[in-house]
Amino acid sequence: MSSDVTSAGRVDGEAGAPAGRVDGEAGVSRPASTARARVIGGTLSLFASELLTLFRRRRTWALLGALALIPILIAVAIRIAGDAPSGRGPAFLGQITENGLFVGITAMVVATPLFLPLTIGVVAGDTIAGEASHGTLRYLLIAPAGRIRLLAVKYAATAVFCAAATLTVVVVGTLIGWALFPVGPVTLLSGATVSVGEGLVRFLAIAAYVTVSMLGMSAIGLFLSTLTTVPVGAMAATAILAVVAQIMGALPQLEWLHPWLFTEYWLGFADLLRQPPVWDSFADNALLQAGYLVVFGALAVSRMVTKDVLS
Amino acid sequence: MTDGSPAGTGMAGDAAVGDATTISTAPATDLAIETYGLTKRFRSQVAVDGVDLAVPRGAVFGFLGPNGSGKTTTIRLLLGLVAASAGGARVLGADMPRHVDSVLPRVGALVEGPAFSPYLSGVANLRRFDAADRHAPHRTRSARVDEALDRVGLSHAGRKKVHAYSLGMKQRLGIANALLMRRELLVLDEPTNGLDPQGTREVRALIRSLADDGTTVFVSSHLLAEVEQVCSHVGVMSAGRLVAQGTLEEFRAAGEARVLVQTPDAAAARHVLARFGLDVDGDGGGAVVAAHFASTDVAPEAIVAALVADGVRVRGFEVERASLEQRFVELTGEGFDVVQ
Ligand SMILES: Nc1ncnc2c1ncn2[C@@H]1O[C@H](COP(=O)(O)OP(=O)(O)OP(=O)(O)O)[C@@H](O)[C@H]1O
Ligand SMILES: [Mg+2]
Repeated sequence: MSSDVTSAGRVDGEAGAPAGRVDGEAGVSRPASTARARVIGGTLSLFASELLTLFRRRRTWALLGALALIPILIAVAIRIAGDAPSGRGPAFLGQITENGLFVGITAMVVATPLFLPLTIGVVAGDTIAGEASHGTLRYLLIAPAGRIRLLAVKYAATAVFCAAATLTVVVVGTLIGWALFPVGPVTLLSGATVSVGEGLVRFLAIAAYVTVSMLGMSAIGLFLSTLTTVPVGAMAATAILAVVAQIMGALPQLEWLHPWLFTEYWLGFADLLRQPPVWDSFADNALLQAGYLVVFGALAVSRMVTKDVLS
Repeated sequence: MTDGSPAGTGMAGDAAVGDATTISTAPATDLAIETYGLTKRFRSQVAVDGVDLAVPRGAVFGFLGPNGSGKTTTIRLLLGLVAASAGGARVLGADMPRHVDSVLPRVGALVEGPAFSPYLSGVANLRRFDAADRHAPHRTRSARVDEALDRVGLSHAGRKKVHAYSLGMKQRLGIANALLMRRELLVLDEPTNGLDPQGTREVRALIRSLADDGTTVFVSSHLLAEVEQVCSHVGVMSAGRLVAQGTLEEFRAAGEARVLVQTPDAAAARHVLARFGLDVDGDGGGAVVAAHFASTDVAPEAIVAALVADGVRVRGFEVERASLEQRFVELTGEGFDVVQ
């Protein structure tokens, strides 16, 4: 009897082997839907386990805690020292004393260039290299997790962390702003005013924007992570690339390159604070990040399926 | 196998647990592991060099060899962790690494020591590896994890974080991981490394009981006494090459055997032994006469009868088979230095 094991493996179509060949073995197939359901169910189960592992780790909470400190520091500093002279400091800083809801947005402006890529670089760079350094990569692969499936699940978990990171900044910022400052209808960049409720929805949209912004860099981190068994190397390289890309983005001499930099639209989320909101930069950003995901995802896959696991 | 598992859950109820033996992709073969010309090169060095393994189903195969002789690398090749430079391997009847997805759920393994996420508990680590196997039913996960921990004597330490485990506890947890599902093949790379005497005995008993259930066990070890006690087959690696393999009996028989006669009549005994064509050791002048017992068609009892008939006062008679250790040293050399 041919097995459902085999048929599941075939429908999967996963190049789970270094050779990367497609399993062409003939077998009596079970209904494809059942096999596919098992593949999906198994993948969800692995994804759930991966999330559990990520969020059970003290380091993950330390990273999120560090991000939460940014809005807290901003709010407390302004509360104690009063308003900054207008025109200085990060965007939106001046609005905070009038409307505490702006703490979250100010913190996002502060976190996006460095702190956010740093924390996300830690998680993305750790994906495969961290498992390799613990030796758990070999046990995941002989379980067998499937090389591509493992990669996909690792990336998805990193994306969840990106969302958690940006939400931490926005939510903690909004809460502390609410606690320390007066809160009222939100004055947008265009001068229009929207209700507190709509203002909060816009802030969530900004969190989504920044999450999407980080997906390309996460793919880069994932790829770098497949290259080494030293996670710190992949983490540092990812964060350095984010900084380098932003420096190049600031050099007018490299203007031709700017549209291709994954950091190009990172601070473009202010467009969501116009009335009506301008979604162009969101769309451009999403397309660019998707491009990075495709390219570096493909690189990561090709590296992963041919990789000798010797750790 | 049921086809009735609810679509969408994907966790087909009884998948691969109760009836592991029926899920064979094999065109009938009686070999659990078969390699042909299996070769792995690391840059200039050949770590595994043209290995032709044949491990029969149901065997307990002891995989021996000095440090650096290529045992772990061979195991990595068998499990599809590394790609062969030349040659190939069939595991449970299917080509590796092409069929990793269908073969590995039926294989439990410990490769080059256990490895776990130190910040998770023993239980959480096992659940994680189990979740990575999509043929391992979610429904029975907790029960299977508990049972595996119980089997290796860790049921009281399962909730402890792995970074707080001792060497032997990690080793036990690694073995538990290999036992999460009923397997057709177990590949254990030095399973008793770091275990206490009780743990070692327990692993020996475990291997025996698994083998009794029909599981094929492929176990690499340096403890020859262990191997001698549990293995039915033996293979010896030396500097990347498989220099011998066969049943334990064949293996021993190929080595030196000696006849030892304890007698005050040494000269007469020597005479009788020589008559049987045995190569008698030089005159030690002692009470024990030793002779090489190469030819297997001489029955020991015939020798005793002849000795007695010639009036030799036999106080002791022994046929001493070569120990596995002697045979091992014969095959792999006396040298202590790692060869490559
Ligand atoms: N990642 C690697 N890169 C280069 N050479 C390697 C690598 N891993 C192993 N080797 C070499 O391959 C050879 C075989 O190593 P292997 O780990 O298979 O030995 P072993 O028989 O398992 O030894 P031990 O008894 O010490 O566990 C050794 O000479 C080793 O130096
Ligand atoms: Mg080894």
